[in-house]
Amino acid sequence: MNEQTDLAQTLRTALAGVVQEVVVFRGEVTLVVPRERVIEALTHLRDVQRFEMLTDETCVDYYPREPRFGILYQLYSLSRNLRVRVKVMLSEHDPIMPTACGVYRNANWAEREIYDLFGIHFDGHPDLRRILLPADYQGHPLRRDVPVKVEENAFTFNRARIDAQKPYAAE
Amino acid sequence: MLTAQDLNLSQASKPAFTPEDVQLDITLEQLKRLVSPRAFTGETMLLNMGPQHPSTHGVLRLLLELDGETIVNCIPDIGYLHTGIEKTAESKPFIKAIPLTDRTDYLAPMSNNLAFCGAVEKLVGIEVPLRAQYLRVILMELTRMNSHLVWLGTHALDIGAMSVFLYAMREREMILDVYEAVSGARMMSSYIRPGGLWRDVPNSFYDLVRKILDVFPARLLEYEKLLTHNPMWKDRTVGVGKISAEDAIAWGLTGPSLRGSGVNYDVRKAQPYSSYDHFDFSVPLGSNGDVYDRFMCRMEEFHQSLKIIRQALDRLPPGPVMTDDRKVAPPPKHEIAYSMESLIHHFKLWTEGFRAPEGEVYFAVESGKGEYGVLISGDGSPKPRRVHFRAPSFYNLQALPQMSQGYLIADLVGIIGSIDIVLGDVDR
Repeated sequence: MNEQTDLAQTLRTALAGVVQEVVVFRGEVTLVVPRERVIEALTHLRDVQRFEMLTDETCVDYYPREPRFGILYQLYSLSRNLRVRVKVMLSEHDPIMPTACGVYRNANWAEREIYDLFGIHFDGHPDLRRILLPADYQGHPLRRDVPVKVEENAFTFNRARIDAQKPYAAE
Repeated sequence: MLTAQDLNLSQASKPAFTPEDVQLDITLEQLKRLVSPRAFTGETMLLNMGPQHPSTHGVLRLLLELDGETIVNCIPDIGYLHTGIEKTAESKPFIKAIPLTDRTDYLAPMSNNLAFCGAVEKLVGIEVPLRAQYLRVILMELTRMNSHLVWLGTHALDIGAMSVFLYAMREREMILDVYEAVSGARMMSSYIRPGGLWRDVPNSFYDLVRKILDVFPARLLEYEKLLTHNPMWKDRTVGVGKISAEDAIAWGLTGPSLRGSGVNYDVRKAQPYSSYDHFDFSVPLGSNGDVYDRFMCRMEEFHQSLKIIRQALDRLPPGPVMTDDRKVAPPPKHEIAYSMESLIHHFKLWTEGFRAPEGEVYFAVESGKGEYGVLISGDGSPKPRRVHFRAPSFYNLQALPQMSQGYLIADLVGIIGSIDIVLGDVDR
């Protein structure tokens, strides 16, 4: 436990002015960083604090709260055997993030997945396409306001024909 | 007479393909960033591999740019097996989401169970009895062997060694028998629950595991005779699909794919969970980061797994296998008959589930393929706000383009086999 509070303290001073808030929950340290300075924070964590590895990058939808989206970077330091999480809160009306691909290469697919499932745009991303869902998919299913099990089925391509043969089906 | 210049001109006037041809739902601008300019003049060839190719271990599709037989670029196309497990898990109480985790990496169901349950235990603050922790370790190592056996069989099959596959499946059967004895299911076990295990292991469990411990060392020797020192196997694997330690870290590789490059990172050692620190074992490392080193790491892990199982079985303490916190663990059936309180707990647990506090936790285990992490965001209700699976195959596969560049297309199947992906894990 002490290790975590030490880490929280070190990072609070090292990243003074960048970090808005340091949360320690269940022994995990989370740094809340504004969007504008996240690349600066990640670069500092990688180069100075030696968090060499981006374990995971994902998004949490806090709907109906505002700011709504939280982008989470899970970092791991091989040399110090420590984990830290960086969190950026995003508004629903401006879901744009700077890409972390320049700092951690493997953010590429993770960001494509977030773009695909949450509809968050990553500025400067080298290859921003849908990754898991088909390119013609409408919407972003992991958003909390998308309900489960009401997706329109895929057999709607012949709707015109159905309407012509069974006019009552359209009602 | 036709000159080379004429040839170039004729090639330039007629593009080799259009973006529609590659079937990636991609614009020309996006495609230009993924393949070399030579592809547009027809100097290199774009070739599709998969998703129904037997050596892509499921439904992985690769778009390859080839210069003769040499791979210039490799563009993975995934998502064919996306089933929305993360979304479905959000609509279920924690206990009812466990069967979903079986279906991510379906060759290592128990590792996924443990990662999920570990995250729930961390979020809610549940203590797990020591007997359950030791049994979890035994099952975890059996799962690692199960995952490695399927990897070994298919990897050898891809490269052309047919018989190893048959042997590996024969041995895997013994592990599936253990699964069946403890959980009733041979693959989708759902045996590990928040707070411990579903039930204590049956009496037949000890004999089944002892049998594995007795039989395996000789069988591993057979594999080693068949492959490890086989010159044909070495020709196909040594020096192929190299990745340096720096690159492996930058790509976020974990598991044997990372350790093959000589980076000593194993979650079991670095951040022990489920009493892994009680056992003596070593983490095998490679040095060259090629297919052969990754192969050797996994082969050595078989021995280490057996070593851990032996220790855990010998020192298995008696006691309960489920926490006695009735808020998260269902009461024993006989108690319901006479205890009103147990009946209420039983009813509450199976209708509503238990509540988790507001906050995020990340819990990782070392599965056969690498670091399998689960991020759960609780919102104070019995259902998670968000569940995210940090799938090792997803991150390991991302390094495939770099690993395969410059090698022959025949080596590609070996490289895919050596990073040991499961598409259920990649696509979730």
